[in-house]
Amino acid sequence: MRPPRLGVVTTPIVGWTEELTRARLHVVTGKGGTGKTTVAAALAIALATGGRRVLLVEVEERQGIAQLFDRAPLPYAEERIASAPGGGELRALAVDADAAFMEYLAMFYNLGFAGRTLRRMGAIEFVTTLAPGLRDVLQTGKVKECVGRTDDAGRHMYDHVVLDAPPTGRVVKFLDVTKAVQDVAKVGPIKGQSEGVVRLLHSGDTAVHLVTLLEEMPVRETLDAVAELDGADLRPGAVFVNRVRPARLANRSVSAAAGGRVDADRLRAGLTTAGLALAEDEFQGLVEETVEHAVRVRAEQRARELLAEADLPAVELPDLVDGVDVGALYELAETLVDQGVR
Amino acid sequence: MPAKLHVDKLLDDPATKVIVCCGSGGVGKTTTAAALAARAAERGRRTVVLTIDPARRLAQSLGLRELDNTPRQVAVEGFDTEDRLHAMMLDMRRTFDDMVLAHAGPDRAEQILSNPFYQTISSSFSGTQEYMAMEKLGQLAADGSWDLIVVDTPPSRSALDFLDAPQRLSTVLDGRIIRLLSAPARAGGRGLLKLVGAGFGLFTKAISTIIGGQLLADASAFVQAFDSMFGGFRERAQKTYQLLRSPGTAFLVVAAPEPDALREASYFVERLAAESMPLAGLVLNRTHPVLAKLPAGKALAAAEELDRANESPLAAGVLRLHADRVAVATREQRLLARFTKAHPSVAVTGVPALAEDVHDLAGLREIGRRLAGE
Repeated sequence: MRPPRLGVVTTPIVGWTEELTRARLHVVTGKGGTGKTTVAAALAIALATGGRRVLLVEVEERQGIAQLFDRAPLPYAEERIASAPGGGELRALAVDADAAFMEYLAMFYNLGFAGRTLRRMGAIEFVTTLAPGLRDVLQTGKVKECVGRTDDAGRHMYDHVVLDAPPTGRVVKFLDVTKAVQDVAKVGPIKGQSEGVVRLLHSGDTAVHLVTLLEEMPVRETLDAVAELDGADLRPGAVFVNRVRPARLANRSVSAAAGGRVDADRLRAGLTTAGLALAEDEFQGLVEETVEHAVRVRAEQRARELLAEADLPAVELPDLVDGVDVGALYELAETLVDQGVR
Repeated sequence: MPAKLHVDKLLDDPATKVIVCCGSGGVGKTTTAAALAARAAERGRRTVVLTIDPARRLAQSLGLRELDNTPRQVAVEGFDTEDRLHAMMLDMRRTFDDMVLAHAGPDRAEQILSNPFYQTISSSFSGTQEYMAMEKLGQLAADGSWDLIVVDTPPSRSALDFLDAPQRLSTVLDGRIIRLLSAPARAGGRGLLKLVGAGFGLFTKAISTIIGGQLLADASAFVQAFDSMFGGFRERAQKTYQLLRSPGTAFLVVAAPEPDALREASYFVERLAAESMPLAGLVLNRTHPVLAKLPAGKALAAAEELDRANESPLAAGVLRLHADRVAVATREQRLLARFTKAHPSVAVTGVPALAEDVHDLAGLREIGRRLAGE
């Protein structure tokens, strides 16, 4: 038999667009708790599928990538962490702002022993306090260097770079290098370097993806972030709707149950047909679970409608009840590939 | 099974003066703090809740348009606590300004407040929010007009930031490095200079090239002006730290049943123990307890049978959503069991999830009931 039509609002899911396939730097942001790092990792594997090389970068000194891939903390170096289907390769880098700063200074000055001592004293933290935008400029600068790097044959070292970026509340400030540099450096090498970063971030090579859940707050934050990105002339890419849970009731049952009306006689009769004779409190428990499920599904429908206002391509990832381990990342990546991610 | 955290006992105890809600971002700290405060007020205690969340979610849920830097009485129709519930949102800039005004003479205060470096530090340094939250808590406690102060902590990625950030700000303000940068020859630590050697001059040069000499000069002027009042600052921070360690304070670690949030909660529990800070327990938000004992396998088998017979899609759907729920509950219990194994003495209360976001007082009261295990 055909499965019953379930309570899902069929918002047209646009999937991955042609425009998105041209991006080489994929910035992934989202409200805290939406699964930004997981999505970034799954996207990186999806993009590496079919023999490409992808770099996954984190900048918040959280070691989220190492935890996700269940390995020791990443050093400040590009390390191979996984392979992708079809001969692809995934490398990861945790950009440490202090190290990036020292690396940067070393390009211009030979500090020798003093560098390490100053670092221990907290001098770098102090300088980045003096000029808060500096940290962001150094980190985006490192990312740009990775995107632009070529091998001896002049080919790009990485086909794609995926950046696990700060959460939505901070991401525009993080990416808006122009503004940060105006505040920080009027002259000198930083200014020259950051002009290249600005060009990259505002070009078609970069897409800023937003991760959300089907809940009101994350969706509202997503819409705010889209407006903010537009305002800063940065390009929103796709919306990743994460942790989508299955809807188990037909549409009309959803509206009734969400209003507290579950047809008890019909339900009991159905359970009896299935050979289940439940005690009254157990039956009431099932009814209560049904009402909660319906209220949630209805809230998700509203979230979807709200999300449609963003008018962006969207891809969906299922909720994984058993949690996310390395194997699950590959499953998620496969779902993305099925939705056209390449 | 972990010990049960008795929220009402904690709220009703006249010895409980301060409750601090900590946890990583996105676990519902603000909502928890507001719900606790509302419940305490309903149960007869004169309560103020201090929130720090810039999204102003608490303001929305308490039906307030605006929270400024002083406690405001929460007056919502149908919510009868007389005048016992107050709420405020931290304005960190204003708190910092007030501190400067209180500690420096008028001339010097003027000099500090107009310094560009002060403006950076008071509005965007990542430790300022935590430092000012502590300061505000200290003020509220000194005020003496509250039976209970409930504190929400800043939305940082790590729960530990709340304890670490004030120290970070202290390091910046105490001026050792700025003195080195602006006038290395006069800096106190001669041994240090010898150690750092010639590279140091280069470093200073590099810094001033990058951030500009003007910024460095501003910073230097700021630190000189700030120096005289720094002792007072530190003393106050120290006092608040002591308050946090006193028996009248109860820390509640808030988490969601997710691996990351519980890992953060674990770090925090260990840290509190190391600092001898009083932990009351863990609030596990948004759980999904199973409401009917029917095993998942049995439910799924029955659902499939109904599908095959083309019977009762309603019952089949209900059985499937029940099986989903069992799977979620099982995972949540497994995560909690892991936490409890590492911290067997930490009392826990689970707060079953509401199907929708909380944005009104009715929602907060419902959360309060669930916190108390009603």
